[in-house]
Amino acid sequence: MGGSAPAFALEVRGIDKSFGPVHANRDINLQVKAGSIHGIIGENGAGKSTLMNILYGMYQADRGEILIGGEPVRITSSAVAIRSGIGMVHQHFMLVAPFTVLENVMLGAEKDFLLKASVSATRALIERMGRDYGLAVDPDAKVEDLPVGLQQRVEIVKALRGGARILILDEPTGVLTPQETEGFFQILRALRDEGVTILLITHKLQEIMALTDQVSVMRRGEMVAHRATAETSREELAELMVGRKVLLNVERPEIAPGAPALRVSGLRNRDREGVERLKGLDFEIRAGELLAVAGVSGNGQTELLDVLAGIAAPSAGKIEIGNAVVDAEHPRNPAEMRALGLSHVPEDRHHRGLILPFDGEENCILGFQDGEAAGAGFAIDKAHVAARAARHVEEFDVRPPTAKLRAAQYSGGNQQKLVLAREIDAAPKVLLVGQPTRGVDIGAIEFIYQRLMRLKAAGCAILLVSVELEEVLSLADRILVMSNGEQTGLIDRKDADERSLGLMMAGVTAEGKAA
Amino acid sequence: MSDFLFQLVLTLDATLRVATPLILCGMAGILSERSGVIDIGLEGKMLAGAFSAAAVAHLTGSPWAGLFAAVMTAVLLAALHGFACITARGNQVISGLAINILASALTVTIGIALFRRGGATPSLTAEERLPVVDLPLAETLAGVPLIGDLYSEILSGHRILVYVALLAVPLTAFLLYRTRFGLRLRAVGESPEAVDSAGISVHLMRYKAVLLAGVFCGLAGAYLSIAHGGEFGREMSAGKGYIALAAVIFGKWRPVPTLFACLLFGFLGAAADRLQGREIPFIGAAPTDLMIALPYILTVVLLAGFIGKATPPRDIGVPYPKGK
Repeated sequence: MGGSAPAFALEVRGIDKSFGPVHANRDINLQVKAGSIHGIIGENGAGKSTLMNILYGMYQADRGEILIGGEPVRITSSAVAIRSGIGMVHQHFMLVAPFTVLENVMLGAEKDFLLKASVSATRALIERMGRDYGLAVDPDAKVEDLPVGLQQRVEIVKALRGGARILILDEPTGVLTPQETEGFFQILRALRDEGVTILLITHKLQEIMALTDQVSVMRRGEMVAHRATAETSREELAELMVGRKVLLNVERPEIAPGAPALRVSGLRNRDREGVERLKGLDFEIRAGELLAVAGVSGNGQTELLDVLAGIAAPSAGKIEIGNAVVDAEHPRNPAEMRALGLSHVPEDRHHRGLILPFDGEENCILGFQDGEAAGAGFAIDKAHVAARAARHVEEFDVRPPTAKLRAAQYSGGNQQKLVLAREIDAAPKVLLVGQPTRGVDIGAIEFIYQRLMRLKAAGCAILLVSVELEEVLSLADRILVMSNGEQTGLIDRKDADERSLGLMMAGVTAEGKAA
Repeated sequence: MSDFLFQLVLTLDATLRVATPLILCGMAGILSERSGVIDIGLEGKMLAGAFSAAAVAHLTGSPWAGLFAAVMTAVLLAALHGFACITARGNQVISGLAINILASALTVTIGIALFRRGGATPSLTAEERLPVVDLPLAETLAGVPLIGDLYSEILSGHRILVYVALLAVPLTAFLLYRTRFGLRLRAVGESPEAVDSAGISVHLMRYKAVLLAGVFCGLAGAYLSIAHGGEFGREMSAGKGYIALAAVIFGKWRPVPTLFACLLFGFLGAAADRLQGREIPFIGAAPTDLMIALPYILTVVLLAGFIGKATPPRDIGVPYPKGK
């Protein structure tokens, strides 16, 4: 470097940001060429959104500096970012739903106290954007009545209205249908050709490959690699995103699998926006078998757990547990699923696994509070519950060895043990486990693995969802790979390695016995 | 004029007087709540304003000083509410209730300390009360049948704050829908993150809205004690703040429908007063208790979804985490 003209529209040097104990961004460096589309890829929670929010002034970095067009800028608020020529389209749209498109575009850019002049200026602006960039949208439509694809156009118009030269897009296609996505890509290319620099945040490999000129990879708050898109591959990026770690030593008992305990066929799910999140899954898990679901996070694993646990209903296909069938016409709620012998250790233990302000004793009967776990009488039998909780603490080696603390006061690993103890105590036939070791220390990880193996040996069918490939390879009997809601592979553990899994995670269908 | 018509004109005339504090508080409620801050404290701000108005008017002899004191008092309480809800991110209902309790107790305490009349202020003289305004041509038109009666008997001859209240409605509507301030105020109650990401301070917008609501509550309070009434009496707001809040919900947080809700509730109140102890043909004794309860009943029915749908601002009651 050291040339005269600033080649970079945007440069980030040594950005660091922590939220309490969570180190979200660690010494981030990034250089974005003017007039290019620069992708930033990483798993959910890798720190991408944090970095973008720092660039847009929504958060303040603890350390580091930002240069725009070669000039250092202190971005202390969104207003400063906007003045510096940065526009942002957030993952969750920043639109006022009951307002019209015009009002939304105008908000924050009104020139006078009276709106009249701004209204006509904004109307002209929306029309011009429609003409120049293919961003056509009806200025008088209410935003809440528009499909998400059009809402996103409104966001882009908003981001560009002040003449932004750098456009940040945070997971922009998460809400779009494939058709909308294609149109959206065309708009981005048109913008780039007009000289707009675009920063695209995503966890989808295919978008990076299809659209970007440069790509930077983030993992666990760090920037781990920068590549020219033409010189890299999906496989390399997938590997960089997930990272490679030492395998933990887990003794995997060889058990002859019994009868199928859980059978899933043609399973589909749509979310509230109508986007299909699960696109036809077929698999079964036998008693005493552990099936691991691998994939870059955000590819439908969460939805799979939700549907199996009864939190969400299937939109097509069916789930069979023993003789019971769950399908779109006969959904079952989580309590009913539990009654079928299914237990669930949720991915997000802070929101779904525990009630953090409640103590360990109260948490140990959550979901079982109407049954004998809470005692025989009408009221909760405190002594009975305390005995149960004490048994959990003892059996699962919870530290400190008491159930009297509020759940929030235990470490991540001990919280996970409390949840696991509660769910395993129900003697499930099928256990769903989501990201069992996320935020869990090494000692607790080994303990959790051992308990899962013991449960398996006792004949329980286990479905494990994990983004940690090492975990998948250490624990699984068979591995199901998901990409973009589809099942891209279902293979035996002995046939799997990181490379073949990486390919399938990138959406390349395996030659194995995939569905 | 027949007796029935005469009674009707008197009732409509009273309706306007009863509705005035409701309208002022209603506009206050709209401004605060559209910005996302629940305003249970309309009642307390109005009561404190009423006390300040009467006390200052009595002590200075000027109703205008009283009016100013009322507004300042209510704005002060509004600032307290704003601090609790916006900066300290407290529970907005609790803060509002606290203001109501504070106002109820403090007015009496200070009243006893100042005047030793059990919490009331001394009666005000005519000069210490806000003036009556006769609308132009009221005398001339009085003779014209119907229109003249309506104009001179019902519209003309009220205290000045009645007209201020009526003007407050188009003013609020104009502010909300035609100005930058209003656009941002409405946006901040629906989607503060959108306002924040547009580079506008969410907290500052909410403070402005809450303080402006305080101004209107102060006017409502002054109306009670130095316009409609001629002294402050303990608890003289008597739930009007809550009825105004009901009217805001009934009017779906919009100025003109809220005006009509206030007039309806005012009419029910005025009619109940007028029919106290009277017989109505075919019904018997007038059900005045029912009429007084009707605003609340109607609001509950509305909230239950039987009369259209009342959708509050999306982020009402939700503090926004960022300071800038």
